[in-house]
Amino acid sequence: MGILDSHKKIETNATLLLALSFLVVTVGGIVEIAPLFYLENTIEDVEGMRPYSPLELAGREIYIREGCYVCHSQMIRPMRDEVERYGHYSLAAESQYDHPFQWGSKRTGPDLARVGGRYSDGWHYDHLVDPQAVVPESIMPSYAFLADVDLDGARIGDLMATHAFVGVPYTEEMIENARFDFVQQATDFGDTGVVDRYPGAQQRDFDGNPDVTEMDALIAYLQMLGTLVDFSTFTPEESR
Amino acid sequence: MTDHEHSNLHPDDPDTTGHSWDGIQEFNNPLPRWWLWCFYATIVWGIVYTVMYPAWPMISGATPGVLGYSTRAEVAEEIDRFEALNADLRTQITEVELASVNREDTPELYNYSIQAGASTFATWCSQCHGRGAAGVQASGYPNLLDDDWLWGGTVEEIHDTIAHGIRNEDDPDARWSEMTAFDDILTDEEIAQVVNYVLDISDQEADATLASAGETVFLDNCAACHGDEGMGDRVLGAPNLTDRIWLYGGTPEAIEETVRHSRFGVMPSWSGRLSEADIRATAIYVHGLGGGE
Repeated sequence: MGILDSHKKIETNATLLLALSFLVVTVGGIVEIAPLFYLENTIEDVEGMRPYSPLELAGREIYIREGCYVCHSQMIRPMRDEVERYGHYSLAAESQYDHPFQWGSKRTGPDLARVGGRYSDGWHYDHLVDPQAVVPESIMPSYAFLADVDLDGARIGDLMATHAFVGVPYTEEMIENARFDFVQQATDFGDTGVVDRYPGAQQRDFDGNPDVTEMDALIAYLQMLGTLVDFSTFTPEESR
Repeated sequence: MTDHEHSNLHPDDPDTTGHSWDGIQEFNNPLPRWWLWCFYATIVWGIVYTVMYPAWPMISGATPGVLGYSTRAEVAEEIDRFEALNADLRTQITEVELASVNREDTPELYNYSIQAGASTFATWCSQCHGRGAAGVQASGYPNLLDDDWLWGGTVEEIHDTIAHGIRNEDDPDARWSEMTAFDDILTDEEIAQVVNYVLDISDQEADATLASAGETVFLDNCAACHGDEGMGDRVLGAPNLTDRIWLYGGTPEAIEETVRHSRFGVMPSWSGRLSEADIRATAIYVHGLGGGE
């Protein structure tokens, strides 16, 4: 009964109990959480991943503001039915620059992790303005007002600096050119700065309106989702 | 410590733990046997599980587990297993001359293509072309049930369209053409004339004077793509304007909008997303919807 007698000391001493409970929880936490930060097989570097361009980042903010994540997930799970329907299962690296990530937990609408390039810009425009016009059985509400809200990108550099602060590798050059890139990506076809700084960025007028609107930003974001990793050349390691 | 004389303990009661707080004591009841064994079983199961499956974090990776389980390997295996079920048909369909697949000569291959094509269509194509493939009228998503084709309606041409798409930037093989926006090129009067001419050749009510003046405007500006007779040109994806089948609507307002600001229908490329077998099956399915040539 020696061990039980010693245990009695803990049970009758509140401070000791608190200190030892904390120790136990700490050990448990370290074992469960800490390895995720250093284990090679949880941090998979994937070629093609880059931070969001200013316009895409602004679109992502609109996605979050409108609560798109409430009905749409961005996480294709490694299951046959999901891969057949949505494309290659999502990789951890594909949300590495997401703060916060948009995996979601509810699919009232379809998963959007690989929606980029799956529809034309015109379809996205038609669909956001009046979802039932193209998908009659849809219960998605209209987001027509996005086309009427102009954006000037005045604070996009600040937002990128904030993301850089939490670890997104935005360079000085990217942040300095934030506003220029923001406007260029949605309007001018001439300057290639955006594509140089953000390889794979799509540069065009997304909503058919020469002004930069929230519609431009959101469609730019949707059109790049899941397009950065080239799965014709990338083979995920099975052990990961 | 315990004074049985003054306690109201029954002789059959279990022992107490020996603790006493202000005369209140505690029975030392053993845990139910079944509960205890379940508890031990979960501990054993937990240990066995961490040995069999990936579990303990080590220096560079977690222990892989004796069973070698991997979610990624499992999904790859699962997909391979289903592909293998139809491997013969899928190989055949990628090698066969598409035009030679039909109900009479190659019933098995044809049947498979229709089934596979239908499910591919429902998953990837129906959002624009509609569940029933009738398109979305007046919004620029073509009806695939009729025999009016923009870029050609043979099964090879349909295959080409599905594989590479139309006017998209992702695929260098996508077919491309661009209608001019005539807003700044033609005067308002000329636009009214040519709109009436188009209404006239499509057998709709038109202002005869404007329409006859519009013929010259049409021949000078539109005929290069749409043809002298307005019959269209499939090489350029220029629609036939005489058949009263409209992609963006055939009202005077819709035609004027088209003339002034042009249209630019985009279809994504599917060769990067779907397998060649699925694309070919879908081509056969769409070809068989009614309008195939």
